Amino acid sequence: MAETAEHSSPEQFKKHLGQYYVVFVALLCLTAVTVAVSYLHLKRPLAIAIALVIATVKAGLVAGVFMHLISEKKVIYAVLILTAAFFLLVLLLPSLTIFEGVVV
Amino acid sequence: MSAHAADAAIPHTVEPHPVTGLPNGKFGIWLFLASEVMLFGALFSSYVLIRTQAPHWPPEGGLSSEILNVPLATVNTAVLITSSITMVLAWASCKMGRIDRFRLWMGGTIALAFVFLVIKYFEYTDKFHHGHFPSTNNFYAIYFTLTGLHGLHVVGGIIVNTFLLTIGTRLWKVDRDHFTNRVENAGLYWHFVDLVWIFLFPSLYLL
Amino acid sequence: MSATTTHGHAAHGGHDAAHGHHELPFWRKYIFSVDHKVIGVQYGVTALVFLFFGFTLMMLLRWQLAYPGQPLPVIGKLLGENAMPGGVMAPEFYNQLGAMHGTIMVFMGIVPLAVGAFGNYVVPLQIGAPDMAFPRINMVSYWAFLPGGLLMLASFFAPGGAANSGWTSYPPLADIATTGQTFWLLAMVLLITSSLLGSINFIVTIVQLRAKGLTFFRLPFFVHAQFVTSFLLLLAFPPLEAAAVMQLMDRLAATSFFLPSGLVISGEPLRVAGGGSPLLWQHLFWFLAHPEVYVLILPAMGIIAEVIANNTRKPLWGYRLLVYSAIFLGFMSFVVWAHHMFMTGMGTTMSTFFQTTTMIISIPSVVILTCFIMSLYGGAIRYTVPMLFATAFLPMFAIGGLTGLPLGLTASDIYLHDTFYVIGHFHYVVAPGTIFALFAGIYYWYPKVTGKQMNQTLGKIHFWLSFLCINGVFMPMFFQGMAGLSRRLYDPTIYVHGRAIQSLNVFISWSAWGLAIAQLPFIWNFFASLRHPKAAENPWQSTTLEWAAPSPPPHGNFTTPPVVYRDPYEYSEPGRSSDFHPQFAREA
Repeated sequence: MAETAEHSSPEQFKKHLGQYYVVFVALLCLTAVTVAVSYLHLKRPLAIAIALVIATVKAGLVAGVFMHLISEKKVIYAVLILTAAFFLLVLLLPSLTIFEGVVV
Repeated sequence: MSAHAADAAIPHTVEPHPVTGLPNGKFGIWLFLASEVMLFGALFSSYVLIRTQAPHWPPEGGLSSEILNVPLATVNTAVLITSSITMVLAWASCKMGRIDRFRLWMGGTIALAFVFLVIKYFEYTDKFHHGHFPSTNNFYAIYFTLTGLHGLHVVGGIIVNTFLLTIGTRLWKVDRDHFTNRVENAGLYWHFVDLVWIFLFPSLYLL
Repeated sequence: MSATTTHGHAAHGGHDAAHGHHELPFWRKYIFSVDHKVIGVQYGVTALVFLFFGFTLMMLLRWQLAYPGQPLPVIGKLLGENAMPGGVMAPEFYNQLGAMHGTIMVFMGIVPLAVGAFGNYVVPLQIGAPDMAFPRINMVSYWAFLPGGLLMLASFFAPGGAANSGWTSYPPLADIATTGQTFWLLAMVLLITSSLLGSINFIVTIVQLRAKGLTFFRLPFFVHAQFVTSFLLLLAFPPLEAAAVMQLMDRLAATSFFLPSGLVISGEPLRVAGGGSPLLWQHLFWFLAHPEVYVLILPAMGIIAEVIANNTRKPLWGYRLLVYSAIFLGFMSFVVWAHHMFMTGMGTTMSTFFQTTTMIISIPSVVILTCFIMSLYGGAIRYTVPMLFATAFLPMFAIGGLTGLPLGLTASDIYLHDTFYVIGHFHYVVAPGTIFALFAGIYYWYPKVTGKQMNQTLGKIHFWLSFLCINGVFMPMFFQGMAGLSRRLYDPTIYVHGRAIQSLNVFISWSAWGLAIAQLPFIWNFFASLRHPKAAENPWQSTTLEWAAPSPPPHGNFTTPPVVYRDPYEYSEPGRSSDFHPQFAREA
């Protein structure tokens, strides 16, 4: 979408720097939030959900902005989508296989 | 250097490929990160499986946040996040032609990485002093193994970044773009290390 | 060899063309070379040595199966009193032979040969590249493989001998096994590292370094096969690496990742924290090991494709179908792994899921085999030695594939799991399947690598003897399995049903020893042919790009960067006097 940082001149580049600082502050804030929420001692499923959502947002910021993923090439997206699919497989299927019929 | 001759004969080492838009190194590092996603994914999967099948978690009662040092780990999280921005600024300095700034920010990144490891050292030794080892129960086994492997990745990052800060800077004089690409690729690895911690921290310490 | 000039000072990077005019010292030219061809040969020679070693382990093992409890003449005394007391095989040694045979053949033999050797040597040439994308990483990849392999072999000298918990290293047994298992785990970490680095190199090379005019659908099928294989290696190996780390922790740091609570061993409760899961290991192991078997077969299919197209003098039938099937096969290979675990007590929903995906994955395999068979139809078939192996591959792979079906169906797997039927099934795919394809590849590309041709008569003797013996080894195993004979059994005659069919074991063992003798003409041929006169530049009259370079190619491969003008298998074009039209030939 936006022109990649590689193609901007040094002057235009300085504007991109602002994004990095914003994300930096956001990451620190989200860290504080996630720790604060943990002190509320919510019920397990809710606690897990909130913690993972916040972590995913933080990860998204690091990946999207710091790693420039937001303006990355299609090839990289393709590799990462494939990886994400297999990641979910290895994360969930073993537990499902063992706990089928045991939980719920 | 004939090492450079080997590189120079290979197309798209620096200039991106016309169709993919990528230089070889960037493509390579993303593929490596994909494999790392699978590595840590398998470990998280193991954590899910072992924890779900345990009658209590932590196995000997209490809460994860009572056993592990949350304030210290929060500081470590902030340390890694800061090291990520210093890393990106190191790369940005290269893009803007400022090798002096690069040295500053890269040095900062490496220093922060050391801080992370020192804090981890205190965390670990505290556990050992209280007689808690990986063998104590699976909570500790997972904690030490996951954070240990992550720590090894931090060490790897320190080695790569130190190389770029010292010997690697010779390439700046020969081919600025090539060096900048290397810094960017090292940055991608480093941000990934930060990313893993972003998930490790709540999973182990807070939940 | 082109003339080289010596420089006092190497020219710095930028303008050095693919000529390599620096005179590198011996250790950088041949030991720590960054040239993909040297590395390919290094991988090839090392892998062949490991392959023959793994084969030898099997030959020893087959003595015990044919003549249980009998002293092995001559060799028995040489192996020492620990392994063979009084010349009779100790059960512990039998277990070591079994575990190490599998491990060595898969991880140190076939994959390094199929991917490290053939892939490294041929792929850059077939895509018109001067080398791989990352030559130094390529070098590191080999130099992680060799120490890993040597460490694996060194485990035989560890107290208690080599790893002995099967190539699958299942806990709890592997967790408490002798020191050799730790060697196994550490060696695997090195081997996996080598594989990961290699797979990254292959993917980047194939995407980024193709010659002008070489679009994806003009690539030889061999390259497509290696491409998919590399993705399998990249994404499937890390979970095994994670598992290996955890098993190392269990063994060295007394953790209980894979040790359940309440484990009692020889009457003594095991003093660990417990709370772990042996099934966790199985999931992580098979998450790799299933895609691994497609790593074993895909490069082989790639070689077969090249040899068939070349020796039928016509384009492959269903080229696009082959490509899409290979990709689909690769993707599906990640979702079938628990068909190795049907007997672990999983519920019907999950086992049905894995049974279904396993049935689905047979489809692309059948499509690929069908395309190969259809490619023969109407061809002007030349029964060169590579073609003999390639033609034999087809029914052999068919048998291997078909016998997989009762294993993929949960109901029949209940009976057949862990019997010799399984051993027959997978060996058919890997031995007269993949290994035959690798032989075809060696005979086919030997002129490229050495500039000489192998003796065709010796090759035919090698083929026919091997074909005969290999079927003698593996066909009876299906019957043993159906009779209920378990695998990994030190003495099959302790069971009535084993005694009833013991003659099959004798037959198999003698076939195996015959198979060993059948390799002698090949080994002789391999070395003696180096002294033959120089062969023609393109002795097989092939269309693909690797034959545009001299044989063997110099550093940098092509004197001028090749351009590709047409599809990979333009044989027997109507109206042309020559029956082949190379990809790289400009003239119409």
